[in-house]
Amino acid sequence: MTMRAVFPEWRDKSLDEALLECRELVESPDYLPVARWREQGGKVGGHFQVYFPEEIIHAAGMLPVKLRGAPHEPSRAESHFGSYLCSILKTSLELALSGKVELDLFVSHPICDAARNLAAIWGRNFTYPCQILYLPQNPNSSGSIPWLRHEYDRVRRTVEAVAGRPVGDDDLRRSVAVFNTNRRLLREVYQIKRDTPWLLAAEDAYALTALAGMLPREEHNDLLATLLPRIRARQTRPEDRSRVVFEGGFCEQPPFDLIRMLGRSVYLVDDDLLIGLRWIRDDVALDGDPLHNLAFAYCEQSSYSPVQHDLRKPKEAMILDRVRAARADAVILAAAKMCEPGLEEQVTYVRALEEAGVAHFVTEFEENMTSFEQLTLQLETFTENLLFT
Amino acid sequence: MTATVPSSLPGRGNRDGAELFRRWFAELDEVAARGGPAAYVFVMGSLNEVLKTFDLPVVFPEINSLQTAVRRVAHEYLAVAEDHGYSPDICGYVKADVATQLRGGQHPMGRIPKPALSVLTNACNTYVKWAEIWERMHHTPMVTIDVPGTRQGGDRTARGDGDFEADRRYVETQVLELIALCEKLTGKRFDIDRFREVLTHANTMSRCWARLLELNRARPAVMNALTDGTIYLGVANGFRGSAEGARYFEDLVEEMEYKVAQGIGTSTEERYRLIFVGVPCYPIFRRFNELFTDWGGVFVNSTYLWFASGGANRGFQYDLANPIASLAEGLLVSVRDAMDSMFHQDLVVAEMYRDCQADGVIYHPIKSCRTVSTGLADGRRHLTERHGIPSLFIESDMMDRRVVSEAQMKNRIDAFFEGLGSRRRHGGAGVTN
Repeated sequence: MTMRAVFPEWRDKSLDEALLECRELVESPDYLPVARWREQGGKVGGHFQVYFPEEIIHAAGMLPVKLRGAPHEPSRAESHFGSYLCSILKTSLELALSGKVELDLFVSHPICDAARNLAAIWGRNFTYPCQILYLPQNPNSSGSIPWLRHEYDRVRRTVEAVAGRPVGDDDLRRSVAVFNTNRRLLREVYQIKRDTPWLLAAEDAYALTALAGMLPREEHNDLLATLLPRIRARQTRPEDRSRVVFEGGFCEQPPFDLIRMLGRSVYLVDDDLLIGLRWIRDDVALDGDPLHNLAFAYCEQSSYSPVQHDLRKPKEAMILDRVRAARADAVILAAAKMCEPGLEEQVTYVRALEEAGVAHFVTEFEENMTSFEQLTLQLETFTENLLFT
Repeated sequence: MTATVPSSLPGRGNRDGAELFRRWFAELDEVAARGGPAAYVFVMGSLNEVLKTFDLPVVFPEINSLQTAVRRVAHEYLAVAEDHGYSPDICGYVKADVATQLRGGQHPMGRIPKPALSVLTNACNTYVKWAEIWERMHHTPMVTIDVPGTRQGGDRTARGDGDFEADRRYVETQVLELIALCEKLTGKRFDIDRFREVLTHANTMSRCWARLLELNRARPAVMNALTDGTIYLGVANGFRGSAEGARYFEDLVEEMEYKVAQGIGTSTEERYRLIFVGVPCYPIFRRFNELFTDWGGVFVNSTYLWFASGGANRGFQYDLANPIASLAEGLLVSVRDAMDSMFHQDLVVAEMYRDCQADGVIYHPIKSCRTVSTGLADGRRHLTERHGIPSLFIESDMMDRRVVSEAQMKNRIDAFFEGLGSRRRHGGAGVTN
C-alpha cells in the first residue's frame, strides 16, 4: 500500500515558513499526522518514552508513534490516576481516551515506577494489545544482549499479529537502513546546534527532532535532508550568548514556549530532549541478524539517561562529557515535576558540576505550565552572571 | 466459643518475630562496629539464597526506613536528606536511608553497617536509583538482576514456553555472575551443599507463607494482614533461607492452625473483612489500623503481603537437584508475581475478595511509592465497574507525616463503614468513597 504524505505543508515554502509549519505541528496537541495515516488505512503502534526499537513496527508497514504527552488538560485521564504523579502519564493517556490518537498497539517500558504501570492501565481501557517491553537494566550481564534479542523477537511476533503480515529479516534490514539515515540526519541537527547554534533556533531544532516521533521516517528523512542544507546556508551572524546544555528532557517535555524562551536567552548547544529518538548514537549494522544488531546497539552504541542503569555509563561522567563535547559554559538542570528519576539524578548532577566548576541552574517544569515570568527572570539573572564572571 | 488455650501459643508469632528482629539488628550493629561486610538488598528479590550461602549479613534499607516512621523519627531523617538536595517528591524510604548513610549508619535500632555490595532486581525502578547512590557514596559494587515481568495483563508465560525459558536463562546467567562476584568479594568458594541447605529453609518459609495466607481465609481471621502481617514480613525477608526463619514460620503456621481450629480471631469482634491494597501508613501505623478496627474491620489479606514478600505467596519450591536453575526459575516466578500484584492488582484483588469472602477493599496509594500507587485509581475503577466491589480510596504516605491527615482520613473511613453497614442492612449495591 502506498501512503500519501501525512505532512505536506512544509513543501514548496521558504525555510522560515517551512520551520513555522514544523513548529505548529509539534506544538499542537492533536498528533495530526497520525490521524492522516489512519485515514489511509494505516495501522499505528504507539510507544511511550524513552526508547523503543521503532524499526520493528516500521518493518510491518505500521506507523510508530512516540507518545510524549501533549499540552492539553487530561480531563478524561485525571480520574484514572491518583496524586503525586507527573503530567506526561495523564496527558498521554488522554490522547488515547479522547480519540486524538487511535492506536492498534501500545508498548511502554519500565523507565520509572510510575510509567511501568502504564501498560496495565492502558490495557484495562483498550482492547488492542498493551504491553511492556523490558529493556535491560543490567546491560553489563553477558546474558543481556541475547535475551534482548529474544525480547525483540517477541515484539516482532506481536507486531506481526497486529499488522496481519509477517515481518522478515529483510523487512527489518530495510527499516534499519531508513532509521540509520534518520539517526545520521538527527546527529546533523545536533552538530549544527553545537557548531553554529546561531543558524538554528532552539525551538526549531526541537521541532525538527520531535517530528521524528510522529512522521513516517522516510518522510522525516526527506524533510531533514531538504531543510538542513538550507539551514547551513543561512547567513545569520553569531551573537554574544552563553552556550548552555539543557538536561532533564528525557521523558516529559518542557513546554514549547519554555524552549523558545531559553533559545532567546542562550545558545542551547546540546540537550537530552527526546533522547530516545537519538538513543542509538551510530549506525546499526545491516549485515547479519537485524534483531541482534538492534539489541547490540541498545546496549553498546547508546546514549545515557537517568532511566537506564549501566555501570559503564555513570551519569555524572556522562553529563560532563556532554558539556565538554558541546563546549558549554553552563548547564540547566531541569526535572519534570514529580519525576522521580529526574529529581534523584539532579542531586548527582549538581555534585558533579560543582566539582568540575561548571555553572548550573536547577529548576523544575511541567509540560502544561504557561507562566514563565519568574523562571525567565531567574534565567536572565543566571545568564547575566555567566556573561560577567 | 470457649477453649483451653495454651498461654504461649496465640501471640507467639508476634513475640518471637519482635525478638528475632531485635537480634537481627543487634547483629548488624556488631557488624558495623567491627567494620564487617554486609549486603544491601530489597524485599522484591533479595537473593538472600545466594548471599546467605556466603554468610553475608543482609541489610534491608526499606525495612530500616519504615522503622524510622514507625518509631516516629522519620521526619528527622527526611529533613537531613532534603537538606542534602533530595526533593520532597521522591521516595521517603530512599531519603531516610540517605540520611542514615550520612549519619554514619546511626539508626533507632542500632548502627547499620556500610554495604560491601548491593543486590537488587528491577521490580522497582527506585531500587536502581537508590543503589546508584550507595555506589557513588561508598564506591562498592551494585548488581542489578533483571527479572522480566508479565508483558500483558493476564498473559503469563509458564515453564516449557519459549519466552519463559528465555527469561529464565537470562535470570540464571545473572545469578551465576552474582555468585562469581560474591566469591571474589568474600574470598570464599561457592558451596553448593550450603546453598542447598539455604534453599531448603527458603522452601519451608515459602510453603509456610502461602499456608498462612490460606489459613487467614478462616472466619474469624486469625491474623491482621496489616499489623501482624508486617511483623511476619520482616522475618520473611530478613531471615529468608535461615534455620531460624524456617523454624519461626513452622511455629507460626502451628499457631495459626491452632487459632483456626479453636475459632480464635485476631479481633474480638470481626464485623467487616477487608482487603488492603497499597503500602501501610507507617507514620501513624497503630492509629491507622484503629481507624478500621474501631468499626470491627479486619484486614484479612493485602497486596502488600504478596509483593513485599517478593512473591512468596506463590509458595515456590526450589528443586534441590537442580538448585541454580531452580533459583532462577523461582526468582522469575516469584518476583513476577510480586510485580503483578502491583501493576495488575485488579486481577489479584478480585481473587482475594472472592477467596477471603471480603466485604470491602481499602486502596491506600502513597506519595512515596509510585510503583505501587500509580495504577490503583484505574484498577479500582475497573474493579467497581466490573464487579461492584465496595471500596475506599485514601491517599497519604508511608514515611512523610506532612501528607498524612488523620482527621480527613477518619472522615472518609467513617463514611465508608457507614455505607458498608447500610449496604449490609439493605443488601444494596456497592459503596465507593
